Amino acid sequence: MEKPFRRRDLLGIRELSSAEIIGILDTAENFSEISNREVKKVPALRGKTVINLFFENSTRTRTSFELAAKRLSADAVNISVASSSVTKGETLLDTALNLDAMSPDCIVVRHGSAGVPHQLAKVSRAAIVNAGDGANEHPTQALLDAMTIREQKGTIEGLEVAIVGDILHSRVARSNIHLLTKLGAKVRVAGPGTLVPNDFSHFVESGMTVVPHIEDAIRGADVVMILRIQRERQDSAYFPTLREYSIHYGLTNERLDLAKEDAIVLHPGPMNRGIEIASEVADGSRSLILDQVKYGVAVRMAVLYLATGGNVAQS
Amino acid sequence: MKLLIANGHLIDPAAQENTGMSVLIEDGKVAAWLRSGEDTPEDCEVFDASGLLVAPGFIDMHVHLREPGQEHKETIASGCAAAVAGGWTSVCPMPNTNPVNDNAAITRYMIEQAERAGLANVFPIGAITKSSDGSELAEMGEMKAAGAVAVSDDGRPVPNAGIMRRAMQYAKDFNLPVIDHCEDKSLSSGGVMHEGRVSLLLGLKGMPALAEDIDAVRDIILAQDTGAHVHIAHVSTKGAVEAVRRAKDEHINVTCEVTPHHFTLTDDVVAGHVRTGSDSDWVPSAYDTNTKMSPPLRSEDHLEAIIEGLRDGTIDAIATDHAPHHADEKALEYDRAPMGITGLETSLGLTFQQLISKGVIDLVRLVELCSTNPARIFNLEHRGTLRPGSIADITIIDPELQWTYLNSESRSRSRNSPFDGWQFTGGCVATIVGGRIVYRR
Repeated sequence: MEKPFRRRDLLGIRELSSAEIIGILDTAENFSEISNREVKKVPALRGKTVINLFFENSTRTRTSFELAAKRLSADAVNISVASSSVTKGETLLDTALNLDAMSPDCIVVRHGSAGVPHQLAKVSRAAIVNAGDGANEHPTQALLDAMTIREQKGTIEGLEVAIVGDILHSRVARSNIHLLTKLGAKVRVAGPGTLVPNDFSHFVESGMTVVPHIEDAIRGADVVMILRIQRERQDSAYFPTLREYSIHYGLTNERLDLAKEDAIVLHPGPMNRGIEIASEVADGSRSLILDQVKYGVAVRMAVLYLATGGNVAQS
Repeated sequence: MKLLIANGHLIDPAAQENTGMSVLIEDGKVAAWLRSGEDTPEDCEVFDASGLLVAPGFIDMHVHLREPGQEHKETIASGCAAAVAGGWTSVCPMPNTNPVNDNAAITRYMIEQAERAGLANVFPIGAITKSSDGSELAEMGEMKAAGAVAVSDDGRPVPNAGIMRRAMQYAKDFNLPVIDHCEDKSLSSGGVMHEGRVSLLLGLKGMPALAEDIDAVRDIILAQDTGAHVHIAHVSTKGAVEAVRRAKDEHINVTCEVTPHHFTLTDDVVAGHVRTGSDSDWVPSAYDTNTKMSPPLRSEDHLEAIIEGLRDGTIDAIATDHAPHHADEKALEYDRAPMGITGLETSLGLTFQQLISKGVIDLVRLVELCSTNPARIFNLEHRGTLRPGSIADITIIDPELQWTYLNSESRSRSRNSPFDGWQFTGGCVATIVGGRIVYRR
C-alpha cells in the first residue's frame, strides 16, 4: 500500500512496517508521562482540530481519543451518529465531504462497516485515523496492547502470545496478529471452530498458528489475550449457549496456570465477567487490563501527533 | 434498400464458415454471400469491411436493464445504446424489475420499449416464480407467447428444491430453459465478497464458493431428473465448472455462461491490488464498491478453472451480467453498497485482452461464445448465424482497434465499472440490427 505515512493516515496495522510501528510506540512512550503531571497538557497540537466521528457506540475509545487530543491542546469535537449515514439519507461520501469542508486536521473514525476509513481517506484532505472498522482493524488497540506488553516484558520479539475467543469477527485480533507477527512474536489463536475457521491460518504468511483448544494456545504463553464475546454471536448460532462457552473457552485461573509463571493477561474491554474471563483472573495480579486503558491515551496522543504532522520520537 | 458488407472476414461457426466473404443484406435479412471479386449489386450501400471481422450478431444472455421501475439506473433505451456500442445486437434482461417481469404484460412492455428505442433486440427472461419470491410458479407459457426466451429468478434463486423441480418440469413443456443464479443463501447471506484469504484480510463477510457449488449440483441433479434444460448463470467457481463438465459428459441438458469480470479479476482487487500479469496500469484503492458483485470475484484457482472451462468448451457463453447502479447508491459503505457492475461496453475488449491475446480461445470460439451458442441455448431462430435467409444482425470487429474505456463516456445511465481507464486492443466498430447500422465507431 502506498498510503499511510505519506498521507499520515492510520488505516490499519496491516499497511505499516515494523519500523513505523516501533516509531509510534517510541513516540507514545515519550508522551506517557504527560498524563502523570499535575497539569496534563502540552501545546503540541495547539490550533489543530480533531473530529471524533463515531458511527458505533463507544465510551472507552472515544473518551481516550478525546483526552489524547485535549492533552495535546487540540480542539476536539465529538460526533456520534447512532448508525450509518444511510439512515439519514446521506451517503458516506457526502458525510466525508461535509466534514472536510470545515477543514479539520484529523478525523478519527469508528464505523460498523469494514473499509470506511479507507473510503474516507480517498476523498478527505484531513488525516484519517481508524478507531475500529467493522471486523477489519482497530489499530490503536493493537498499539496500546503492544505498549502494555513492551512496558512489562521489555520487548515483543520472541514472545509467545495466545489470542483466544471470537477471532473471526474481531478487529482487535486482526490488528494484534498483524502487529505481533510483524514485531516477531509467535502467536497462537484458539476458539470455537465456528469463530476460528480453518482458513484463518492463511491470514498472515508466518508467525501465527491456529490451535484446536484454548489450552494448547495458553500452554507456555507469555501473554494471554482474551477477546470479548459479542452476545449477538450466540443468536447467530456460532455457539450454543454462553454457559457452554464459559465452560469450554473461558479463562479461569486453572487454565491460566498453563501459561508461563510471569504471564500477563490482556482484554480489550468491555469484559463479560464470568463468560470469556473469570473475575478472579480479571482482578488478579497477572491482569494488566487497566494498564491497557492507561497506555491507550498515550498511544492515541502519539497517533494524533504523527497524523497531524509531528515527527517520530527517536528512541 | 440493400447493404453490402464488403470484403470482410466472415466467421460463422454455425455455417462452418471462416473466410473472406462479402455479405449482402436486403430487407433486414441476409440475401447472399459474395466472394471477393464478384460484382457489387446495383443500388447498394457499401460498408467497407476490409481488415475487419464480420460475425453473426452477439447476444448477451444476461443483463439488467432496470426498466420498468428503476429508470434512474438504466432504461431499456440507454441499456440498448450501451449494448450496441459493445457489439451486442441482442440483450436478454433478467426479470428483477419493479414490478418483476412475471407476466406477459411486462414482457410485452419491455419488447415494445426496445422497439421504440430501435437499437438492440430485447429478448426478456421471465420470472420462475411470481414476484420471484420462490413460492408459486409464474405464467411461463404466457410469457413465452409474449416473447420471453427463458425463465429465471436470478438474484433470488429458488431455494426450495421441490419448487425448482416443478419449475423445470413445467418449463420443459414450453421448451423454456431454466436459468439459475446458483447460490445457496443459507451459506452466503450477509456476505459481500468471496470468502477466502482476502475477505479475512479485509474483515469483510465472505460468500463461500461452496454456496455456488451446492446449488449448481442440485440443479444438475434436477435437470437429470426432469430432462429440462438448465442454464447455469455466471459460473464463478471451480466446483461449478467441474460439475457442469461432468454433467455434459453424462449428456445431461446443462449449459453455462461466464462473465468477463470473472475471467479477468480476482478478489485481490477488493484489497486494491491488480491481478498479477494484468495488462492494465489501473490501481484502485481498497474497498472500492465497484468491485462488489454477485457472484463475487473469486480467487486465482477459481479464475484458472474458468479459463480452463472456456478453453475446453465446458463454458458455452460469455454474458455480461450488466448491472447498472447509480453512483449515489454505490457511494456507500462496502457492506451496504448494492451488488453489480456495468459490462456491456467492456466485454469485447476484455475478451480480446484476457482470452484471445493470451491464446485461450480463437476468433471462431469467440463467435461461438457470444453468438452461436446463445442463439442455440435460447432457441432464437434465424439468429446466431449469417446464412442467407437469416436475420441481418451483425457485429463487425476490428481486432487491431486501440481504444480506452472511460466511465465518463459510457452510454449506460450508470458508471459503476471497475474498468474505467482500461486500454484495449480489439473492439467493435459497427453493429447492425435487422439490416440497419445502429452503431458505428
